[in-house]
Amino acid sequence: MSEATLAVEMRGVVMRFPGVLANDHVDFDLREGEIHALLGENGAGKSTLMNVLAGMYRPESGTIRVRGQPAELRSPRDAIARGIGMVHQHFMLVPSQTVTENILLGLDEPRFFMRLPLYEQRVAQLAQEFGLHVDPHCKVWQLSVGEQQRVELLKMLYRGAHILIMDEPTAVLAPQEIEGLFRVLRGMVAEGKSIVFISHKLGEVMEIADRITVLRKGQVTAAGLKPSDTSAVELARLMVGRPVLFRVEKEPQPPGDAVLAVEGVSCLNDKGLAALRDISFQVHAGEILGIAGVAGNGQRELADVITGLRRCTAGRVLLQGQVISDRPPRIAIERGVGHIPEDRREVGSAPNLSITDNLILKAYRKAPIAKGLSVDMQAAKRHATHQRAEYEIIAPSVDTAVRFLSGGNLQRLILAREISEGPGLMIAMQPTRGLDVGAIEGVQRMLLELRRAGTAILLVSEELDEIVCLSDRVAVIYEGRIVGEIAGDRCDAERDRIGLMMTGQTRDGATQGARQPESQEVQRGDA
Amino acid sequence: MDCIVILQAGVASGTVLLFATIGEILAERSGVMNLGVEGMMLLGAMAAFRVAVQTGNPWLGLLVAMAVGGLLALLHGLVTIHFQADQVVSGLTLTFLGTGLALVFGEELSKSGAISLLPTFTIPLLSRIPVLGPILFTDQSVLVYAGYLFVPAVWYYINHTRPGLHLRAVGEFPAAADALGINVARQRYLYVFVGGLLAGLAGATISLAISPGWFSEMTTSGQGWIAIGLVIFAQWDPLRAAGGAYAFGALRRLILDLQGPTTLLGLRNPFYYNSYLGFFLQMLPYAFTIVVLVIGSREAMRKRLGAPAALGTPYVRSRTV
Amino acid sequence: MATPETASSKRRALLPFRVVVEPRISDVPRWLAPLVSLGALVLALVLGGIVLAVVGGSPIQTYLHMARAAFGDTGVFSDTLVKATPILLCGLACSLAFRMKLWNIGAEGQFFLGAWAASAVVLLPLLAGTTPRFVMLLVMALAGFLGGALWGFVPGLLKAKLNVNEVLTTLMMNYIAISWNNFFIFAVWSERGFQMSPVFPNSAWLPRLADYAQQVPFFAGLTTHLGLLLGLIAAGILWWVLYRSQWGFEIQLTGDNPRAAQYAGINIARNTILVMMLSGGLAGLAGMSEISGVVHRLQGAISPGYGFTGIIVAWLAKLNPLVVVPVSVLFGGLILAGREIQPSGIAKLLQGIILFCLISSEVLLRYRVRIVRAKQG
Repeated sequence: MSEATLAVEMRGVVMRFPGVLANDHVDFDLREGEIHALLGENGAGKSTLMNVLAGMYRPESGTIRVRGQPAELRSPRDAIARGIGMVHQHFMLVPSQTVTENILLGLDEPRFFMRLPLYEQRVAQLAQEFGLHVDPHCKVWQLSVGEQQRVELLKMLYRGAHILIMDEPTAVLAPQEIEGLFRVLRGMVAEGKSIVFISHKLGEVMEIADRITVLRKGQVTAAGLKPSDTSAVELARLMVGRPVLFRVEKEPQPPGDAVLAVEGVSCLNDKGLAALRDISFQVHAGEILGIAGVAGNGQRELADVITGLRRCTAGRVLLQGQVISDRPPRIAIERGVGHIPEDRREVGSAPNLSITDNLILKAYRKAPIAKGLSVDMQAAKRHATHQRAEYEIIAPSVDTAVRFLSGGNLQRLILAREISEGPGLMIAMQPTRGLDVGAIEGVQRMLLELRRAGTAILLVSEELDEIVCLSDRVAVIYEGRIVGEIAGDRCDAERDRIGLMMTGQTRDGATQGARQPESQEVQRGDA
Repeated sequence: MDCIVILQAGVASGTVLLFATIGEILAERSGVMNLGVEGMMLLGAMAAFRVAVQTGNPWLGLLVAMAVGGLLALLHGLVTIHFQADQVVSGLTLTFLGTGLALVFGEELSKSGAISLLPTFTIPLLSRIPVLGPILFTDQSVLVYAGYLFVPAVWYYINHTRPGLHLRAVGEFPAAADALGINVARQRYLYVFVGGLLAGLAGATISLAISPGWFSEMTTSGQGWIAIGLVIFAQWDPLRAAGGAYAFGALRRLILDLQGPTTLLGLRNPFYYNSYLGFFLQMLPYAFTIVVLVIGSREAMRKRLGAPAALGTPYVRSRTV
Repeated sequence: MATPETASSKRRALLPFRVVVEPRISDVPRWLAPLVSLGALVLALVLGGIVLAVVGGSPIQTYLHMARAAFGDTGVFSDTLVKATPILLCGLACSLAFRMKLWNIGAEGQFFLGAWAASAVVLLPLLAGTTPRFVMLLVMALAGFLGGALWGFVPGLLKAKLNVNEVLTTLMMNYIAISWNNFFIFAVWSERGFQMSPVFPNSAWLPRLADYAQQVPFFAGLTTHLGLLLGLIAAGILWWVLYRSQWGFEIQLTGDNPRAAQYAGINIARNTILVMMLSGGLAGLAGMSEISGVVHRLQGAISPGYGFTGIIVAWLAKLNPLVVVPVSVLFGGLILAGREIQPSGIAKLLQGIILFCLISSEVLLRYRVRIVRAKQG
């Protein structure tokens, strides 16, 4: 291929953070009019590389050419000026401002006086053109996640971006919405745009990409592969060095008595709107109940209600027959509810305290750590040293401040803390989010161990495959209600139905021609 | 006790709070809390007075006061934006610094020198308006009139202009602004600096217009803190800030006037017959500030709105691998 | 541009190395923090010296004079300790509150209320002047503590229930406290129209070293009083509370990450109120110790800003109660010597400069500065 058709050419990019070599002499090509997937597990360096392209990071060394011309991308402004736009994994939208205001942010025009009606019209036209329907007047906090993603895309299109970078765009979408997104992307490519698609999901990548580049630990292990020239097995091997991504063995196990009973619970979210609407279900001992659903349908509020961090407006939650709802979080903790929170840094740990302190976060009130009114520091240290070894938390010492731990190690710490309490019920919220494959496996194995030991587990995860793989039963949550429940062994077959339920279509909606990409099945470890 | 006179003096006195409050609103809207307003005001008051005494030119004093306030604020910006120190502690430091500098360099200033103050005048037509005319447009300092124009201008700037949009974004979600090429640090420095300019201006308003003179720490007697409280009451809106500032100004005048007459509303005036009760009157502005804070906080809780979301947290471009 | 250039080669020209500032990825070595604080202190003295020079003084002379005036001989050292006592208690008050990120700026007002409450015991009178000294002092201390605790309770409650900014409420309470005390000083308890209360009976005086000059001649003329012992005991207790007790663990956790504390089942509202009360109580105790040990009456000028100095002391001591002790002695000396320096605001300014240098220096604890060889070509 001649150089002229390369939209982007990156050579020898080195990007270093303190303690981490994120990109190790990476080369990357993007051809005009193609969808090029950047594949790799969490922490491989994909986002970093694209952030360099988008002008957010300045690499230590390396060159970038855009459409044949060398480019110095010193800031996001430079990248935007060259037609590069990035849609980040965590949306960069100001919630209290409108769609149009967000799109206009950072632009030189309008010069001084905002003339919103004019610009709202322009935004509406652009949305029409690309099939990204959204209301320009709306404030962003009122939009659904899918709509917010459309705003992010519009933001870039409005700036005339012809090179679009999508960072893990499907993480927050239901399966049907993913189809919609793919259609939009293909449409854009037809209009002459070039797209980089960052993902860690094999199946999607195989489906949408024209070419695939695989990163592993900051290095390119394969560049520009065509999906037809490779297989899921080979991609997995390129990603993590083994032919399969995950292998988890789950033995069938008859569930015990009901441990958790949620009865007709309703509650409000932080904005005062209904988050849970008359929701009811049970979780039994030795059983994993997976809650499938797109983020923002009440999962967070559900965990809050069960752990005592939020009040119900109706209904109650029973733990082994005793009411724990509408009571302080301490009660749930004392009754044996373990909670792996969604946000391990903001909620699950105290960043400047030591590993020891974080491990006794809940145990400091009970013997043997507690001694009268005081905390037995020696006992705490012994406990921490033991935990650190058993759960393989990598850190210089137990006195290290927790903010220096990597995501995987921090999650191990949290698991160590919650599991060692011997909970009767474990609430696991997005337990493997942002972790690399090794860490993910470790977490999943620990959850299955807990299950074997008889703990009731409520698992909430955005990775549908993980839910299907680990759960004995899967319940689908939509707008604060359970809209369907599938028994474990039928999950695979009913995947399409689950996807429909996640987007709110009733269980009666027929699924025409179950078009099941086989590649998705490979992720479950059927080598 | 003449209502008109009280309100007239209230508007004048409230202008001090007005400038300080709006300056702090601008800074906080960009995400930086500057608790050093009291120190900057005091320093500004001292600088304005000193320069006016020494050069005979109050306008120069005004400029110097603003410059000094702005410079001090830049220090705060440096420490919080670049060094990422805690904004509360840094603001307090600024208060100590400002107060200390004002006391040291204001040492030999005579209590009230013979200086020419900033001009006061009456606006011809507008002062004829019944009720409002005598209050707002009669015999007020030029700074008071400047205040009238300033408030709607700032309101418009924040809500209806492009730079105002950037300001709001930087305070609510700096990452979004950053990703679109807005220099978050530069914006924050700018608005912190402007906040300092206005705090200095507020100080100058005291010593060159409202209560001319230099009375060391008593010059401001806590108005800088009241201004910060007003920001919360105003829910970060310049129009509400103006209302609050003028109300407080009127309150101060009322407190003075309460001790004058022998009868109050037809009854014996306790404040006249027992002048020591005046100490309780002195508590009023501060107690009111607490009330105002409670109101503001409750409203924020109810509306689930409130402070700019990124207020108080330093912005660091996050690193995702 | 014909040839592609590397990002760093553009900077190649000037120096053979470049300075890289990056966030730390591991804990700082233990000796670094005190060293950085010391460096900040030295820098502050230099900057203060510059100001002195500008105002027409001689920095070296001034500092030497101050050092002698504060630590020169036993007599002045004893006076320094007297000044250090309320600073110690206020510093402890601030350390406790700041640990939980409760910005108690109201130590000054709580000091005044403590002084008032202790005075009320004598002047109401709550106890007759003939009460045994031990009882009188105990009740006064209790009253002082409660007075300060009440003054801390109000902002604490507002913060816990309504999330009202405690910086502002505690500050406002400062001004209210001064007016409150003034009312009693000028009107209710005024001695024959002067702006002070009558002198307290001897039973209300905290014993001082000089009282024992007969037994120990060395103590003659030394003004250090029992309040210091109170402060030292309080420091010890506070150390145990913060570093060894369960409650202290909760405080530290809440201060570091309130959401994690809530997740861990800690009752933040309750702790907020308790900490503010205890913090206020300590400052109130400082007020009691000052009027009972030094001035022996209630008057207007009882604090040159001890409450605010306490803030700086707490920060310099990195919120460690045991370190607060020596730091308070240092600042006691500063305030004592500051009275003799012209211009009189210098002591306050110096405190401000110290705090400024301190918080600026803390960046070195979060970031690492490295000199890196620039790459060639």
